This record gives sequence, C-alpha cells and structure tokens, in this order.
Amino acid sequence: MGFSSRFPALSVDELRLYYLWMAHDHHDHDDDHPDNELDPMTARVRALETILVGKGLVDPAAIDAIVETYETKIGPRNGAHVVAKAWTDPGFAAWLKTDATAAIASLGYTGRQGEHMRAVFNTESVHNLVVCTLCSCYPWSVLGLPPVWYKSPPYRSRAVIDPRSVLAEFGLGLPADTSIRVWDSTAELRYLVIPRRPVGTDDLDAAALAALVTRDSMIGTGLARSAGKP
Amino acid sequence: MNGPQDLGGQMGFGLVAPEIDEPVFHVAWERRALGLTLCAGALGKWTIDESRHARESLHPVDYYASSYYEIWIKALEALLLRHGVITAADLAAQRAADPAPGSMRVLTGDNVAATLARGGPCDRPMAALPLFAAGDRVRTRRTNPTGHTRLPRYARDCVGMIEAVHGGFVFPDTNAHGAGEAQEYVYTVAFTGEELWGETANSGLTVSIDAWESYLVPA
Repeated sequence: MGFSSRFPALSVDELRLYYLWMAHDHHDHDDDHPDNELDPMTARVRALETILVGKGLVDPAAIDAIVETYETKIGPRNGAHVVAKAWTDPGFAAWLKTDATAAIASLGYTGRQGEHMRAVFNTESVHNLVVCTLCSCYPWSVLGLPPVWYKSPPYRSRAVIDPRSVLAEFGLGLPADTSIRVWDSTAELRYLVIPRRPVGTDDLDAAALAALVTRDSMIGTGLARSAGKP
Repeated sequence: MNGPQDLGGQMGFGLVAPEIDEPVFHVAWERRALGLTLCAGALGKWTIDESRHARESLHPVDYYASSYYEIWIKALEALLLRHGVITAADLAAQRAADPAPGSMRVLTGDNVAATLARGGPCDRPMAALPLFAAGDRVRTRRTNPTGHTRLPRYARDCVGMIEAVHGGFVFPDTNAHGAGEAQEYVYTVAFTGEELWGETANSGLTVSIDAWESYLVPA
C-alpha cells in the first residue's frame, strides 16, 4: 500500500496506529451504514461488484471462495513445509535446486502465481533477497498474498540499491563479508528463499522445524527462528 | 513505459514499515477487490500483461497515493470499460444499467479451487535455440519503450552475466497490447552492484533480473 509513500514523515509506530484505525474503526462500521455513508473505496468496490453480478459475469460465491482460499488455505505454512522438507531430505533439496516447480508440486502446492518456481538457498556466505520492483510478483502458492510492505514503494525502490539498510530495518544485520544476492522478479519466475537451518535443531522433526520458518525468512528479510525462541 | 511502477533505485519513499502480525486484508473491501479482480480476469477478455500495464498506466500522482488494492480496482475499471464489459452508464448508476456484451466464461464458486490450482502457466514451446548460454556476458538494451516492458530502467544498458536459461515465455511487451504472445527465451541475468549503482554500491551485492531475449545483446 502507499501509506508510507503518502505519509513519508510518519514513524513506524504512527503507521501502525493508522493501520489500526483502518482495520478497526473503518472496517467494523462498513456494513452498518447505508450506501451513501460508505467510505469511497467501499462504495466503489461494492458498485463494481453490483454491476458485474447484475450482468451475470461474476458469481459472488466465487469471490467468497477466493477470499477463503487466501485467508485460510494458502499461506506461508505451505512454504515452511517446503523448507522443512528441504532441511530434512537431501534428495528433496536437490530436486528443489534443479526443478523447484515439480518438487513443490509434489507436496501439493501448485497454481496461480506459483506456476514457475525457483528455490534459492542461503549459504554461509550468500544471503538471498526477493523483490518485485515493477509490481508485486510473489509466490502465492507457497507464501499466500504478499504483505503490504512488499508491495509498497519503500521496499520496491530500495531492495535493489540498498538491501543492507533494508535488511537492517527488519532487524537483520548481516556480516560485512556476507554477499547479498537480490532477485528482482521481472518475469514469471517466482522465487522462494530457502533459509539456513538453525543450529541446534538436529533432534527436531520436520513439523517442529516448519514452525521455525517465518514468512520473512522465505522472502529474505529475515532468518529462520532459533530453536526454543518464540 | 517509464511509469510510476518502475521503482528500482528510486529515492525518497522513506523506511520500510513491516507490520507485526499483519492480517491478510486490512479492510473489508480489499477482500472483494481481490475476488473481483480474479473473477473479472477469468472472463478472458485481457491477459495478465494487459492488467499490469493498466495498473502502471495510472497517473503517477494517483499511483503513489493509492494503496495496492486501490491501484487494482482503478485499473480493473479501466480494463472493464476498455473491453466493453461495463459502460460509463453502469458506473454512473452503480448497477447494471446496460446488458452484458455477449456471453463470457464465468468463474463459478465451485470452480475456484480447480482454477486457482491450475493457475495460468505462460511458458511456451520454442522452435529456435536460445541465443545465449549460462556464463555468457550480455548487455541489456538502452531502450525507452512507450508501451509495457519488464526491463526496469535501473538495469538498462548494463553488462551482466547469463546465470540461467529458462525456456520460452510469453513476451509481455507485445502481449500486453493484444499483439500476440510472441514467446521468447527468458534468462536470469546477474549484475554486480557496481555495474548497476557505481562505486558507492553496497559491498558484496549482486542483483539479477529475468530478461526476455530481445532485451539483450552480446557484450
């Protein structure tokens, strides 16, 4: 979203307050007002839906099903499953390196914005970071819908020119001798970062490992959690 | 086009503002905006390339002042009008004032799961062999097309190395304008930070783009 571009002087805390206002005050009253009191975007989207449903071109049940899919079924847990399997199954990791689309499909994750996948592996010396400077390309099939910051001008503009500062804003300070490899998703390939397996996790099974894999670690703006830390 | 979407290397937008425990949607209308955009796309009247071009064709002032779903909805209205699916009279009335223009395939609720799982692959068979191989040095073209392109400004007229050859893909620069899929090979091209940004680049930085073959010449 363009919040931070609209209000570049706002601090992160102020932005959070704005989000809260959007999420609560705004949203909760959406359905209580007659149409002429709706906020402009609610009214605009509702009008468009009314028009298209009225013409028989959109099935409201299809919208419901799409929303339910991305709110409850397709999200970063899919990607965490892929990563944990790569950590525990060297054959799968090798398959991910050579044909990520097929390897990921073998776990049941296919389809929209995941048709052409590539997995990139962090190493001791190379940290990977994914961005789409031109729009908001993101591997939906394994990570779900992208977060607002991923789609917003600050991240899209700076991830390619000053990734070290961007990572620092996520609390991730990389050693100066760690190389940074940025993948700008300018075509239809979608990138999944495979973070490094945390130390001290030899006795964890794949399910416990998956719980350590954050969404940000699969974009490259974070690392996998250490075992025993929330 | 050198539009507002081409953000790589731009300055002045401030800090990244990651949100703790961010919800999938922030306001109720965003749910409907996502669903409407996907359902309208399923009508088959335009391609994903044309929809991207509609978004980046918003006036820069509008683009930067809009949230991402606002951009989607504004572009969706433009696409629906352009293809005659809706009319200005419909929008003015805020209901279907005019009938639908002929029959179109409609995505029904019971088909959503299968449709999303199928996706829209855009790889295509190629008759010719690729011009470049992994390890080749290439230069991106110095070009300023007025239509849709996926070659970002920051990576034009720069020397990089072919890192991977990906096979044929629909060419957005033609497909966005209804001028055919015109598939070309796509390559991952890696550039050093110094090549893209000069001496003050971050240390140890490599940036890659995925480039269609006609974006590249031998270096």
